[in-house]
Amino acid sequence: MDYGFTEYQTAIRDLAREIAEKEIRPVAAEYDREAKFPWAIVKILAQTDLFRVYIDEAHGGITEGTPIMNMVIVTEELSKACGGIALSFAGTALGALPIILAGSDEQKARWLPDIAAGKKLAAFALTEPQAGSDAGAVRTTALRDGDHYVLNGSKQWITNGGEAEIYSVIALTNPLKGPRGASCIVVEKGTPGFTFGKKEDKLGIRASATRELIFQDCRVPVENCLGREGTGFIAAMRTFDASRPGVGAQALGIAQGAFDLALEYACTRRQFDAPIGSFQGLRFMLADMAMKIEAARALVYATARYIDTRPKERPTLYSAMSKCFASDVAMEVTTDAVQIFGGYGYMHDYPIEKYMRDAKITQIYEGTNQIQRDEMSKTLISNFHSHRPAVARAA
Amino acid sequence: MAESNVVPACGPLSVLSEEERMFQAMAREFAAKEIAPHVAQMDREGAFDHALLERLFAQGFMGIAAPEACGGSGGTFFLAILAIEEFSRVDASAGVVIDVQNTLMNNALQRWGTEAQQQKFLPRLVRDTLGAYALSEPSAGSDAFALATRAREDGNHFVLTGRKLWITNAMEAGLFIVFANLKPEAGYRGITAFLIERGAPGFTVGKKEDKLGIRASSTCELILEDCRVPKENVLGEAGKGYKVAMETLNEGRIGIAAQMVGVAGGALEHAVRYAQERKQFGKAIAEFQAIQFQLARLATEVEAARLMAYNAARLKDARQPFLKEAAMAKYFCSQVAERVASECLEIYGGYGFTRDYPAEKYLRDSKIGKIYEGTSFMQLQTIAKSVLGE
Ligand SMILES: Cc1cc2nc3c(=O)[nH]c(=O)nc-3n(C[C@H](O)[C@H](O)[C@H](O)COP(=O)(O)OP(=O)(O)OC[C@H]3O[C@@H](n4cnc5c(N)ncnc54)[C@H](O)[C@@H]3O)c2cc1C
Ligand SMILES: Cc1cc2nc3c(=O)[nH]c(=O)nc-3n(C[C@H](O)[C@H](O)[C@H](O)COP(=O)(O)OP(=O)(O)OC[C@H]3O[C@@H](n4cnc5c(N)ncnc54)[C@H](O)[C@@H]3O)c2cc1C
Repeated sequence: MDYGFTEYQTAIRDLAREIAEKEIRPVAAEYDREAKFPWAIVKILAQTDLFRVYIDEAHGGITEGTPIMNMVIVTEELSKACGGIALSFAGTALGALPIILAGSDEQKARWLPDIAAGKKLAAFALTEPQAGSDAGAVRTTALRDGDHYVLNGSKQWITNGGEAEIYSVIALTNPLKGPRGASCIVVEKGTPGFTFGKKEDKLGIRASATRELIFQDCRVPVENCLGREGTGFIAAMRTFDASRPGVGAQALGIAQGAFDLALEYACTRRQFDAPIGSFQGLRFMLADMAMKIEAARALVYATARYIDTRPKERPTLYSAMSKCFASDVAMEVTTDAVQIFGGYGYMHDYPIEKYMRDAKITQIYEGTNQIQRDEMSKTLISNFHSHRPAVARAA
Repeated sequence: MAESNVVPACGPLSVLSEEERMFQAMAREFAAKEIAPHVAQMDREGAFDHALLERLFAQGFMGIAAPEACGGSGGTFFLAILAIEEFSRVDASAGVVIDVQNTLMNNALQRWGTEAQQQKFLPRLVRDTLGAYALSEPSAGSDAFALATRAREDGNHFVLTGRKLWITNAMEAGLFIVFANLKPEAGYRGITAFLIERGAPGFTVGKKEDKLGIRASSTCELILEDCRVPKENVLGEAGKGYKVAMETLNEGRIGIAAQMVGVAGGALEHAVRYAQERKQFGKAIAEFQAIQFQLARLATEVEAARLMAYNAARLKDARQPFLKEAAMAKYFCSQVAERVASECLEIYGGYGFTRDYPAEKYLRDSKIGKIYEGTSFMQLQTIAKSVLGE
């Protein structure tokens, strides 16, 4: 399929693909087994300027006007080789997005160049033990004390936690106002009172570090608040609008990576004196897998382009669709890929079962797929109720 | 209208007899008290708890349907199915350990063994010797009859050479049913089943696999290098091993179906409990319609799966044909297990993805159902033949 990539997009795709094949694929099993953070790969991504693709030119980046599409392309390519290692990249984009979307010029100048250069990784911290889908129930506070905020509370399951330098944290600056009293505050690693809890032992994406963040009287200058106080949830929602196609891209890459291996296996494994790919039942499975992947890709790319070209519109509906659809496809495709490998598929010595383990998270984080469906349906219904000509509605 | 006083010829499938109910309760209690405490550690370490294995023998779970004369319980096949289901609700590895023993090993010996073989081996299988069933090879999985392990006659012995792959229970087993071809020129009609004891000359248990799921159940390679087997250890007739393999696996599939019903049922029970405990948006997530309907759909699938497995087992006990029903049950139950486990993990949200909670293990364990004892495509092939009247 030709998706009309620009020259730059083609270049970063080829570069990311080469890194995925040459650098990531050979070490993916080891990083998975040992749950090791992929610093060696991060260094390569930094050297090859891939962290720059979603950060604007004024702050050390190179977007050529399509930051989200670029982020999607790189995430997809890296995820083909390892969805966990790819997350060091995608999680940093997630952490940088609040700064990009809600930060002042000064704030951007302070943090983005180091992220663009790959010198510092970023993370986004919203979830708490009692506030997952119900993000509005966060309890971490950031109370004003002179020209500082004092943070107290903890964040759970933060991707890149402990490894990143820059954390975009959602905390209540005005607890009495509930979610309307939330702000997005950047906290840097090493700030006194900011520590990390245990690293999670996970089913998949094991090369990605998932840690608890703990704030105990952690003092952060007021200049670290992104946008006005009380706009934290708006920043979070805008961040998810832009980042969910990234999860879609991760899912897409995982699905494509698994499919490529399954196709190769189907063409080489012989049973009954023929390649198993010659049996119609198995061939149709391959056809369905490829068809779903391509549909997911079209939706993810279209959503990314929509975001890049219509910055004034809220892409919530499509962002949710792209994440939800692509992640469901990834789970189905990776499960079928294991099936195509038969008994070999069940063994850690073969690379395929890892894809299935990695795929599952894409249905859960940045809003579970139930939450995506909840948001999609609410958006559809509210669009229906907002006054629009009947004809346009039908179209 | 007066109530009809016609008594139905058969009771509902899911209604258990007094004996079945008591046995089920006993298996459930054993699973909760003696298996559950070991599950997480066995999964992490990829090894079956030795004391637990001994307990399985001591409690009679290794000879559920074996004749009383051999020390077995003389129960029905259905009872074995109930035990496999109950164990698998807690741990699919424990489920497959007793599955192989009851539905493959004891079953094959009872059906094909000579009087002498039964007297020699059945009491041990019931009392203290784990069994393993070795058909698959690196290049002969679905196409099992293309197996390359060879047997040749040598006086009053057969000498076997070859390699078996992925043999369940092999690490701990003391007795193996091994399939080898005695007359390759006759194709599958040369396949012969042999009873091989651990320690036989030329027989070694090779590498143990590191797997996605059912990690406590050992899966190993067997290496046969001029392995000498006395002639009296041929199970069934020479050249009729293909029949031994096929017929045993037909029954074994009902066991795998039950294992998958157990996995699905176990995953669902956890999710149902969790959905009632976990609060978001000020209420239990079970109060959201989407979660309610999801649980309802999954419960329906588990119910249908269970009925298929039970029916296949009851058909076998009633000496009715069950080939198609067994294949259908394995095909359907493994599909249900995969879906139920996957969706139940989602109901746990982020917690489901961490190893501190049980959901992810159910997903890992569920995937094996569609693979071993004939992949799903092989089941469809069997079902298709039957549907098309071949
Ligand atoms: C590996 C990993 C990495 C993560 N990385 C990050 C990160 O970098 N930053 C961050 O902030 N968070 C992160 N998270 C957290 C993640 O976003 C949450 O796990 C997710 O939002 C779900 O929240 P929860 O786990 O509390 O599930 P819950 O909200 O408790 O959901 C449980 C179940 O209830 C359902 N449910 C909840 N509400 C409703 C409703 N209204 N209607 C229907 N169904 C509902 C859910 O869909 C789910 O099936 C990460 C999680 C994991 C596992
Ligand atoms: C954990 C585990 C435990 C096991 N335990 C045992 C054991 O105790 N004893 C034993 O003997 N074996 C055992 N096995 C082996 C198991 O039975 C085989 O893995 C299984 O039969 C599939 O064979 P295969 O892996 O070679 O896959 P293949 O036969 O190579 O199949 C690969 C894919 O091709 C498909 N395929 C093959 N032929 C066709 C066709 N004609 N039409 C359409 N699709 C086709 C299959 O469905 C599958 O999706 C075990 C395997 C595992 C993973």
